[in-house]
Amino acid sequence: MSAGLANPRGRKRLNLRSEDISMRVNDLNLYYGQVQALKSITMEIPRKRVTAFIGPSGCGKSTLLRCFNRMNDLVDICRIEGEIKIDDQDIYAPSVDVPELRRKVGMVFQKPNPFPKSIYENIAYGLRLQGVKNRRKLDEVVESSLRRAALWDEVKDRLDDNAFGLSGGQQQRLVIARAIAIEPEVILLDEPCSALDPISTAKVEELIIDLKESYTIVIVTHNMQQAARVSDFTAYMYLGELIEYDDTAELFTNPSRKATEDYITGRYG
Amino acid sequence: MKQWFKSGDPWIWLIGGAVSISVIMVVGLLLLIGVRGLGHFWQPPIVQTTFHDQGQQEVVLGSIRQVETVTAQTVREAGFEVPEDQDLVTRYLFHLGNRDLTGRDFQWFIGDFLDEFEYPESAIMLERREWGNFFGHLVSIKEDGEVVAEGEAAFSELQSRLRRSNDLMGETVRIERYDIGRINRAIEMERLEQRRIELNDSLSSEERAQRIAQSEAEVARLNQEYQVLFDELQELRSVARRDALVARTSDGREVTIVLADVVRATRANTMSIGQKVQEYGARFWAFMTGYPREANTEGGIFPAIFGTVMMVFIMSIVVTPFGVLAAIYLREYAKQGPVTRIVRISVNNLAGVPSIVFGVFGLGFFVYFLGGNIDALFYPERLPAPTFGSPGLIWASLTLALLTLPVVIVSTEEGLTRIPKAMREGSLALGATKAETLWKVIVPVSTPAMMTGLILAVARAAGEVAPLMLVGVVKLAPNLPVDGQFPFVHLERRIMHLGFHIYDVGFQSPNAEAARPLVYATALVLVGLILILNLSAIAIRNRLRERYKSAGD
Repeated sequence: MSAGLANPRGRKRLNLRSEDISMRVNDLNLYYGQVQALKSITMEIPRKRVTAFIGPSGCGKSTLLRCFNRMNDLVDICRIEGEIKIDDQDIYAPSVDVPELRRKVGMVFQKPNPFPKSIYENIAYGLRLQGVKNRRKLDEVVESSLRRAALWDEVKDRLDDNAFGLSGGQQQRLVIARAIAIEPEVILLDEPCSALDPISTAKVEELIIDLKESYTIVIVTHNMQQAARVSDFTAYMYLGELIEYDDTAELFTNPSRKATEDYITGRYG
Repeated sequence: MKQWFKSGDPWIWLIGGAVSISVIMVVGLLLLIGVRGLGHFWQPPIVQTTFHDQGQQEVVLGSIRQVETVTAQTVREAGFEVPEDQDLVTRYLFHLGNRDLTGRDFQWFIGDFLDEFEYPESAIMLERREWGNFFGHLVSIKEDGEVVAEGEAAFSELQSRLRRSNDLMGETVRIERYDIGRINRAIEMERLEQRRIELNDSLSSEERAQRIAQSEAEVARLNQEYQVLFDELQELRSVARRDALVARTSDGREVTIVLADVVRATRANTMSIGQKVQEYGARFWAFMTGYPREANTEGGIFPAIFGTVMMVFIMSIVVTPFGVLAAIYLREYAKQGPVTRIVRISVNNLAGVPSIVFGVFGLGFFVYFLGGNIDALFYPERLPAPTFGSPGLIWASLTLALLTLPVVIVSTEEGLTRIPKAMREGSLALGATKAETLWKVIVPVSTPAMMTGLILAVARAAGEVAPLMLVGVVKLAPNLPVDGQFPFVHLERRIMHLGFHIYDVGFQSPNAEAARPLVYATALVLVGLILILNLSAIAIRNRLRERYKSAGD
């Protein structure tokens, strides 16, 4: 199985050491009350690459993802030790403006979550938050974001319709368009295709590969084929620990740890 | 049998039965109110007959209000001789009118002692401004004491002259209510101005004298203006009293009635169905738009409708922001713990407190404390006469707002809880602060829930009576809370209220029989009003739901 998945696009093997690093995680521990959910995670996320987190349910991959834009702050009992640096700035430093951080680190969730507003207003939301009122500027950004999310042709005639009228796949691309409208540096994708049908999934995956040109992308997925298809680097996590982190092709063809091999060949559990 | 119990059928029958009983009770209630209330405006035929009892006889003229069958025993005990072999007797409640002449407005007659019913065409019924209805036979019409029409021509002459006198009377009411009201108010303002000058210590005595003299001159000018209007009014009144009608009552007396005292005249027994429908519409309209007369037992209920609507509106304007803000704080900002739990329990219990308790609180806190302090601060020249320190529209509305606050809080909170977490996270992930997320996403999406709270609040508030008697609702309010006088909306004024009107007409009225149909009619209007308020709120909610559809699921 692993041989078939490897190197789907026949590209050269990448080395983390030669990459431009966007985010560094240093000895990160996370606790939900008494339970430790992340154990001493240390890793580097390369710029303008797709990094995938895989692992069984409950292994902490979503939790780790949500550390990058401090979404875990919303959970009262959550406590974090260690540091995460984006461009050498510690995002857990007390001086950090969290909304500002989240503008830089966009996020797309498991289930499409458009606002109950028009398609146009969904995209314009982030800009309006930043005080952009100029209608021309808004029109421009809405169009370019929708084009980049490959949704423009499907919705250009009904921008004023409620976003809930779109299909699930369209909604998910709308949410991605909404995230890129505010020009983030990093986009976090939390199982973005788990609620979508195969065709919509293919579209979103294509989109992810396109977006890599401009953004650093981190994706959590249950689907190993997906990780193999879209990502440059893959991290395998298990029970809150980072087991192995390497070039995707390398990790799938030649895992250095037994646990990783068991998981990707389906012998896990 | 056991099998049957297990199948669940008995439960279905039980539930079905309970639902049917509830529905039948509600429909029955509405039907009762509707039939009795709406029936009041229908013109019944005028019956003439003769009553015989122990050799005496009396001509009876009036309309039948009610027919009852009672046992002969009760009638015998009342002193009537009913044949021994008869068990049941029918008795009729006649509306005889002519309260000023005979003192009997309504009277029961036993059917056995009445002759055959006749429906004389010449019989007329007059609705008068005073003394209730008049029943009699039209004889002639007089202008300045000279007969101008008699016999068949008299009735059409009566109708045209009645229109003239009604127009003139309307004019006098207008002058009394608006023009003279305005002058009285201006004089009152001058009096207050003088008082203010007296209270103002910073003025020298000359200045003071000078300004008071100025004010006195203004008062004198206003008094002159008043005199002019008063003369005009007297003139109008005497012109309106030009015409009169002569009618013969059932006992053969001839009575002269000035047309200015008559509101409407009908010759019931010659009316076609079309005319009766027209008359019905006119009476219903007069009821809805007119002012009450004769200790509320006659005339319209417009001030009560207006007061109720106004009060409910002000209540809604007050309760919505307070309830919504409280719910948002409780749900979004307050740290969930024992304290918020206690607050929540208290809020829920507040909904169960008897409304009269809120009335007492409103009287003590709003009227005496708040109102008294407002008077002391802003209206010192009017003291000791209270302005806000006495029951009034604003205090009634605030008391109701307090009463309905829990409903709004609870349903808004429920709406907030139902909003999916993903929607909040979506907004936060775009760099919105908590407050931005709240105002741009959460609050708009939960507006349908807020509307639900408001609908429940309105339904409860519009029907509440007990607390209002303490904080601003009266039997008869001289003015509406909104008029042409600055500042146009007078929140301190006492108001009339449909619920209290029902109580007042039904239980405090000197003429119970005359008032009874009005109780039903007023109740019908109250129910209809609540229905309209609710339906419009529901319509708004549905439109909001449409806009934010699938947000709740």
